[in-house]
Amino acid sequence: MSDQLIWVIVGMGIVTYIPRMLPLVLFHTNHLHPRIQGILKNVPYAILGALIFPGVLTINPESYLYGGIGAAAAFIAAWLNLNVIVVVLSSIFVLYGYTFL
Amino acid sequence: MMPSPAVHRQETPAYWKKGVQAGLPIAIGYMPVAFTFGLLAKAAELSLFETISMSIIVFAGASQYIALSMIVALSGAAELILTTFIMNIRHLLMSASLKERAEDDPKWLRAIYAFFITDETFSVAATSPEKKITGSYLLGLGLVAYSCWVIFSGVGYLMGSGLPQSLQDSMGIALYAMFIALLVPAAKKSKKVIALAASAAVLNSIFSLVPALKGGWGIILSTLIAAVTIEFFMRGDERDE
Repeated sequence: MSDQLIWVIVGMGIVTYIPRMLPLVLFHTNHLHPRIQGILKNVPYAILGALIFPGVLTINPESYLYGGIGAAAAFIAAWLNLNVIVVVLSSIFVLYGYTFL
Repeated sequence: MMPSPAVHRQETPAYWKKGVQAGLPIAIGYMPVAFTFGLLAKAAELSLFETISMSIIVFAGASQYIALSMIVALSGAAELILTTFIMNIRHLLMSASLKERAEDDPKWLRAIYAFFITDETFSVAATSPEKKITGSYLLGLGLVAYSCWVIFSGVGYLMGSGLPQSLQDSMGIALYAMFIALLVPAAKKSKKVIALAASAAVLNSIFSLVPALKGGWGIILSTLIAAVTIEFFMRGDERDE
């Protein structure tokens, strides 16, 4: 993958730019059906769920518990409304501490 | 204030300045997210060039994080690009809504500032008190946010390499912690968000048992099924948004 990664990045850039640009530059009518609008608004939350599970449980192939502990730490920190970077750092440090147990 | 077209032209520097000022809070908010992206890109074994290129060319936080997790999971190029596309289709809505207020600008200028549409720049621009959003306002706003994003991706990457190996190992959780941090505040406010995330998570866990759907395609399929069916069952469930 590595040598073609830059072309994947260019492809990602193109497909990111197209939805940003089309309505602003080319479309004349911009009335999407409300049902379609609703589905588009749903996408970010659905994709987050799919990204977290089951991936988080397999970050250590030998133990589901490892990823589970890290996810729980992140969940608690996020529940307390901590800043994103604090959530990320606290789950890293919880797992770092766990490896010494 | 209702400036005539002539006055509007004279005031271009003022609009630019207002855009830059409005962009500063976004830039500050982007710093830790871009820094973490750089750190994670290093952990995902991207080169510094690839990391900065992705921030320069794509400029979409969530997509870039997803790309990293898919690269780590050895997903293919088509899955990565398709996932990015699905993830960013939502910008259609923001672009369409900005057009209502920015129609006076020439097409080439709109084509340029369209690149800077993100959830954050859109929210700031769309709620700004100016009657007309001018091109110079949007360029000022976008460029401040963008430069911060690119620079701090690089800073995060470079600082990541100085960390001890045992710490770098536990950083495998960072990407998932980031997603959890994005999801939980929205889920606290909305049953629909919980339903969306939970159903996509269950579907993707089932799909991961099917070799052909492992990785990117499972994510795409579970996202689409969840987004469509939840919309069908929970339409109008939310008060606003």
